[in-house]
Amino acid sequence: MRSLDYTIKIGGEAGQGIQTIGDSLARVLARSGFHVFIHQDYESRIRGGHNFFQIRVSSKPVAASRERIDIVIALDRPSIANNEALLSEGGLILYDSSLIKEKHEGSHFLDVPLIDLATRDGGNRIMVNTVATGAALGLLKMGLEAFFQVIGELMGKKGAKTVDENRRAAARGHDFAESKCKECAFEMGPGGSPHMLIDGNSAVGLGALLSGCRFYSGYPMTPSTGVLTFMAEKSAEWGIVVEQAEDEIAAVNMAIGASFGGARSMTATAGGGFALMVEGISLAAMTETPIVVMVGQRPAPATGLPTRTEQGDLLFVLHAGHGEFPRVVLAPGSPEQALYLTNKAFDLCEKFQIPAFVLSDQYLADSQWSYEGLDLDKTVYRDYRLRDVPPDAARTYRRYAYTASGVSPLAAPGQSECLVVDDSDEHDEEGHIIEDSQTRTRMVEKRLLLKLPLIRAEIGPPLLYGERNPETVVVGWGSTLGVLKEVVDILSDRERVALLHFSEIYPFPGTEKFDYLKVLTEAKRTICVENNATSQFGRLMRAETGHTFSSTITKYDGRPYLVETLLEELKWQD
Amino acid sequence: MAGLEEYEGRTPAWCPGCGNFGILRSFQQAVLDLGLKPHQFAIVSGIGQSGKFPHYTRCNTFNGLHGRSLPVATGVRLVSPRMPVIAVAGDGDCYGEGGNHLIHAIRRNIGVKVFVHDNQVYGLTKGQASPTSMEGMKTKVQPLGVTAEALNPLALAVALDCSFVARGYAGEGEHLTEVMKQAINHRGFALLDILQPCVTYNRINTFQWFKERVYHLDPSYDPTDRAAAFAKALEFGDRIPLGVIYRNERIPLEERLPTVIARPIAEKPFDASALRTIVKEFY
Repeated sequence: MRSLDYTIKIGGEAGQGIQTIGDSLARVLARSGFHVFIHQDYESRIRGGHNFFQIRVSSKPVAASRERIDIVIALDRPSIANNEALLSEGGLILYDSSLIKEKHEGSHFLDVPLIDLATRDGGNRIMVNTVATGAALGLLKMGLEAFFQVIGELMGKKGAKTVDENRRAAARGHDFAESKCKECAFEMGPGGSPHMLIDGNSAVGLGALLSGCRFYSGYPMTPSTGVLTFMAEKSAEWGIVVEQAEDEIAAVNMAIGASFGGARSMTATAGGGFALMVEGISLAAMTETPIVVMVGQRPAPATGLPTRTEQGDLLFVLHAGHGEFPRVVLAPGSPEQALYLTNKAFDLCEKFQIPAFVLSDQYLADSQWSYEGLDLDKTVYRDYRLRDVPPDAARTYRRYAYTASGVSPLAAPGQSECLVVDDSDEHDEEGHIIEDSQTRTRMVEKRLLLKLPLIRAEIGPPLLYGERNPETVVVGWGSTLGVLKEVVDILSDRERVALLHFSEIYPFPGTEKFDYLKVLTEAKRTICVENNATSQFGRLMRAETGHTFSSTITKYDGRPYLVETLLEELKWQD
Repeated sequence: MAGLEEYEGRTPAWCPGCGNFGILRSFQQAVLDLGLKPHQFAIVSGIGQSGKFPHYTRCNTFNGLHGRSLPVATGVRLVSPRMPVIAVAGDGDCYGEGGNHLIHAIRRNIGVKVFVHDNQVYGLTKGQASPTSMEGMKTKVQPLGVTAEALNPLALAVALDCSFVARGYAGEGEHLTEVMKQAINHRGFALLDILQPCVTYNRINTFQWFKERVYHLDPSYDPTDRAAAFAKALEFGDRIPLGVIYRNERIPLEERLPTVIARPIAEKPFDASALRTIVKEFY
């Protein structure tokens, strides 16, 4: 039996509520036990334009979007024009001719009077979204119990009357679509136990909470704003200070100050905001102040395509900051990895007193993945700070004491009699300004050269997925994990193919834990797939290992890879 | 009973005769008078001659980047709200590179005290104009003289309803100590602009120049009257007032945040197991 795999695309103008429909529908599907993957495509505007919310629902885990669409919920005309040709056999476009003022003929159109159904029975036009969600569930021949529950949760605050009206509107949409779609091919079948749904930004926030992050400063910038919102929402309950800074320069400096003060601290931004933070990264490095910075990439230069996606800042983040210093760069491929790698970033940055980066992008930040659960026991919390120092020991405390590992004891000011002296100038062990060459040399060794091999040893190897002795190796990093896994699955029917995926990028993984270079050199062809124009990871691989990929696939239109189009491109690679 | 020697830091690398020496002595006297031991407070500084200040007096120190002392100090104060946090900056540092941070620190009313060593010139980079350089001052970079209007930091601060606005003078040590103590004891954000002659690069605003102009605010002066304070802040020329220009009782940021008040965040133990239930929100 072919496994269930539908794609539902909800399209409309900004402000029409496509996100409300999408969120509710996705939540109902996940709660009913199906696997769900969602990606959003929106313009940099609050009203108008054309946006879409794409849900893929399956009986098997899904982690990428397909081009082929089974159901379109069209709230505007472009939703029809853009998607009609992408419709699968038996696919349907659900629309309201009175809403878009256009009538479509053909068996693949289903005209649902959304406005009429919303306003019947004393209802309000605002409930068009509820009707549309109900109609989608009707098409899928699903019941309304889970949706009724979701309506109760979302609208409970507005009172029982609103909840009741919406439930009735949902039922009207559902019954209408079901009655008109008796012949439709859609059949969801039984689900299972509820799945959770989580997006990349929330996963980073959750990872921060579980790591003991206590201070978050940020400046709103797409696609990182979701982390700021998440942390602000959780701040009161979990005792976190969240401050919206006047600019990204202040944001990073506040986080550095809070970390110096003794609290685990984080900030997040996009490439443009990160450009402003760069001097602060160098400051964190020189003062050996642990901080975590999430950079959500989006197409640049400059303002670029503010709401879209790209993997264009890898080398920027890798090299950002004047001077030479150690750092960690982790690039999660999924919300699950985002959670664990944010946790790892917190752990490593404090263990080694360095800046650590979580490199995300709009695609990952706004995508929602479903999971049966996430094992929070896999996160770690180890307090590396010097606490409760007795007065005698405090008197000899030196913030930058030379040690075999290069890591000096990290005390917080005011918590003991230690004098904690941090300096952005080159300094001696006590933290005071120096000019002499010997101290400078020794401090560079302490801060950078001694730590580097220790940090590298913490970096996990890339993931080899698929064939163990592949002829073809598809290579990627960060947010392309899901789509690359799926294309490798499909290609594995006809060739010995594997995916080599890097989510821990810097220090570049050595081959001690897993000799991935052997896999690459023994393969007939190695293809690097990146969502940028110049194959930045390809350059990094060449610089770090000497391996040159036999070919590269790039994409720099601001959109994520879709399964079918990536497969086509891979077929043409030699 | 410990005295000033307890605060003695590294040997200053300032020019002989620099106004910074007077500021340093006044500061040490102030913290001694307040009974603050070196480990009980923190100084956050930027870059410039003032940036070296915390190296010359024993204390917890974060000597960060040019212009950025206020955001760093804000972060420190929010996680450690019981520890006095003093930001030390210069006029280029606080009013130029860090001008945006000053505006927003005033708005936030974070309980940080910023002591600005205002010598109306860039000392560390050898004599270029600063935001407070007087119009017409000639330098190697401004050979025709400064063309921009000098920034009036006190008027700016009063206009923003800054919680505490004062002026001191490096040449009047005892008075400066008293104003510093008032600033440190103030609940909210405090801006203390300290007139400081630069004996090497500022040939206009000399000790003699200030001596002819500075005067102490009369005890009858009411620093809580904002309109009067604004008028007083505009006074900079033949007569220059010293003392607390303006003061209000705005509630500081850290006292508005329940998480900060409950227990200093920096000292709060963390238990991840309390968070185990949070995933439920995602179903």
